[in-house]
Amino acid sequence: MPIQYYIALASCLFCIGVVGVLTRRNAIIIFMCIELMLNAVNLLLVAFSKMSFGAHPGASEIAAGTDAQLFVFFIMVVAAAEVSVGLAIIVMMYRNIHSVDINFLNRLKN
Amino acid sequence: MNSIVSLVPLFPLLGFLINGLFRKSLSKTAAGIIGSGAVLLSFIISVYLFSDIKGNEGYIVNLFDFINVASFKISFAFQVDQLSVLFLLIITGIGFLIHVYSTAYMKEEVPADFARYFAYLNLFVFSMLLLVLGANYVIMFIGWEGVGLCSYLLIGYWFSNTDYNYAAKKAFIMNRIGDLGFLLAIFWILGKLGTATYSEVFDLRNTLSETDITAITLLLFVGACGKSAQIPLYTWLPDAMAGPTPVSALIHAATMVTAGVYMIARSNVLYAMSEVSSDVVAVVGLATAILAGTIALYQNDIKKVLAYSTVSQLGFMFLALGVGAYTTGVFHVMTHAFFKALMFLGAGSVIHAMGGEQDITKMGGLYKKLPKTTWTFVIGVLAISGFPFTSGFISKDEILISVFEKSQVLYWFAVFAAVLTAAYMFRLMWLVFFGGFRGTHEQEHHLHESPAAMTIPLIILAILALVGGFVQLPEAFGGKEYFNEFLSPVVPAMSHEGSSVATTEYYMLTGTVIGLAVIYFLTRKKFAVSMFEGVYTGVKKFLADKWYIDELYDAFIVNPLNAFAGFLKSVVERSGIDGLVNGVGRFVNYSSRQVRLLQSGQVGSYILFMVLSITVFFLVFWNQDNIAHFLTNIF
Amino acid sequence: MSTSEILFWFLSVLALFSAVMVLVSKNPVHSVLWLIVVFFSISGHYLLLNAQFLAIVNIIVYAGAIMVLFLFVIMLMNLNRESEPQKNVWMKLFGVISGGLLLTIFVSAFRSSADIFDKTAQLNDGDVGLIKNLGKVLFDQYAFPFEISSVLFLSAMVGAVVIGKKE
Repeated sequence: MPIQYYIALASCLFCIGVVGVLTRRNAIIIFMCIELMLNAVNLLLVAFSKMSFGAHPGASEIAAGTDAQLFVFFIMVVAAAEVSVGLAIIVMMYRNIHSVDINFLNRLKN
Repeated sequence: MNSIVSLVPLFPLLGFLINGLFRKSLSKTAAGIIGSGAVLLSFIISVYLFSDIKGNEGYIVNLFDFINVASFKISFAFQVDQLSVLFLLIITGIGFLIHVYSTAYMKEEVPADFARYFAYLNLFVFSMLLLVLGANYVIMFIGWEGVGLCSYLLIGYWFSNTDYNYAAKKAFIMNRIGDLGFLLAIFWILGKLGTATYSEVFDLRNTLSETDITAITLLLFVGACGKSAQIPLYTWLPDAMAGPTPVSALIHAATMVTAGVYMIARSNVLYAMSEVSSDVVAVVGLATAILAGTIALYQNDIKKVLAYSTVSQLGFMFLALGVGAYTTGVFHVMTHAFFKALMFLGAGSVIHAMGGEQDITKMGGLYKKLPKTTWTFVIGVLAISGFPFTSGFISKDEILISVFEKSQVLYWFAVFAAVLTAAYMFRLMWLVFFGGFRGTHEQEHHLHESPAAMTIPLIILAILALVGGFVQLPEAFGGKEYFNEFLSPVVPAMSHEGSSVATTEYYMLTGTVIGLAVIYFLTRKKFAVSMFEGVYTGVKKFLADKWYIDELYDAFIVNPLNAFAGFLKSVVERSGIDGLVNGVGRFVNYSSRQVRLLQSGQVGSYILFMVLSITVFFLVFWNQDNIAHFLTNIF
Repeated sequence: MSTSEILFWFLSVLALFSAVMVLVSKNPVHSVLWLIVVFFSISGHYLLLNAQFLAIVNIIVYAGAIMVLFLFVIMLMNLNRESEPQKNVWMKLFGVISGGLLLTIFVSAFRSSADIFDKTAQLNDGDVGLIKNLGKVLFDQYAFPFEISSVLFLSAMVGAVVIGKKE
């Protein structure tokens, strides 16, 4: 498939994530949208890994795309860690203010 | 031995510092001794310099570099030659007498003010010495400004009186106008020649174009007009009489106001090259002499009469300079210093005796109670009126002859001015010292002769006023012109060759005697009286009100300027400048209040801005070439 | 049109549709479920690209662990359609506009890039994504980062516990 399709798809997913972050007030949904953006990037990375392979047939075939895919792997790892901490924060926030509405978080103002 | 000249201004400077810094702790006696002593020491050194310079070449004493920038150099140097030494003698000599006089005249002041007075006076003498000693126009300008400052300080010496402060300000501002001209002249000289040192400027004078010479000399004359009270900048001098009387004698009669004459005499080489400037100087001088003389005729304030007389005599000096008789102008400076200082000090003595009264309609018959003052004053009057063989006769006579050789028209006007001089002086004399006393009984009871510290300077000055002219007695009367001879290395004298001169001299001698006799009897009948109203109508009122020149200036310069300034203040300043400045403040205030709302603490809005910023960032990043191109086109 | 292309289009449409549904669902639980669908379709894409390892990991870690965690938290808080906070219409409109702006910028920027012109991504072929190859590289060149990530997990775990603990 032409790489542009993947780029377009990933961009769309990423921007949907952005729109989600901008339009929702529920902290959990926002968090999910961030995961969506991460996944869009992952998809793009994997697509590029295959493009890189296709561009250099025969030249160090094994290593060519592996770096990108391992990068995706590490992103997933970090995302998992991030989610655990992030959800813990959201839970604590809920426990304190009984809401997951980020508009209640405007104490940054002071 | 050359550097001894630097001691001359040094003593008054030290006197100023001591009196100025310790004025709170010095007694009056100490302040008086320091003040007078400093000037006396300067006088002694000046006398030594005088005997030393006689017949010698002048020399320049370089003290240090005042301005030294690349090839441009102005050194702090003193020029010692016949002209400057002559002025040194006048300044320190008469200055000393007036200092001594002041110790008695000012003795009712509190010690701190007394010391302040002497500090100012010494500072004045220092500045004046700097003015005449400077070897270039820049040093002269320093002294020039210094005497202007001291004049301001001393006119406003009694600063609690608003009118006096107003007079001081007026003098200062009028002088500023002249100083601007002087400054421009210096700039012009520096710009064209790159040096302001007299000798170099005069050596290079032929490289200047005719326009340059005319412009420079005219600008210098503007400076002289301000300092020496010539039309149109003369109105400050009569008002300057607000200062103590010895100050009027020293600054506003004998020395400072002659600075302009000194400057032109010093620059005589330049003036000799410009016909136009010389004519302007002569005409302005003559016009001033006549104008001030007519005003002096109807003044009722003893010091105002003397002030206008000074303006008039300064006009005579400029007339002499204008017709090319530079030595004569300087000679008149000297004789005028004698008799005008004498008369001012005499007036001071009268005022002292009258308990501060200056109105001559309230005086009269004082000769009985103040004999020394009266007779010295009479000598002064005779001298200024040109009584034969007094100093005033010889100097004025020479001016008239010089003018006669130049132009008949100017001559007759000058004679008219001289007649005016005699007229107002005799009027003053009769009104003050003769006739019957017109003041109150209290004042009559209070009348007394002044102490010795005041009368001795009067007597010395009277002697000088009588015989001071003999150094320049015309050959027609069997004298020899020592004065011209003395100055000849610096200032060329105007030669009066030919047989007609002697004849003219005798005609003028006869004319003077007859004229004075007529004036004597006319004025005696009119003014040696026991009742005098001093109220005038018609033309006389016009003259008594000084031709309404002050009102004219007010109407055409001061008031429009005030109105303009008021407009600037109330409209431009308030709504323009203030509006702009406050507007900036208010805009920042307002906009920050609005921008502050962006910091809502709402995480959502922060993210929104973040996304928008990213968008902008990308846009900028991919269009940076276009933007750079656009920016280079703009700037 | 080959099977791969049909699958590609199907998965792409599914992913985009589900992603949009994540946003528009009022009920947070539905959002989570739609997100899981997105992840599955992305895993499908990975499979198409013959990145089998990442496909599996994506399903296990994201769809399995992470999303279950989300679901768990939502259920714990008992969030539902009624308790869902809503932004006002203007904020939503601004969000959509700025998101669309970003998308336009991205697309126009990538389209004009010369680096990707006429490049294709290899489908159904290539053994880069096989577990064997990745594993070799991972435990050879990337052994150290791999171990470091375990420390990251440990610290994340400690952090989560500390934060979630009652005072």
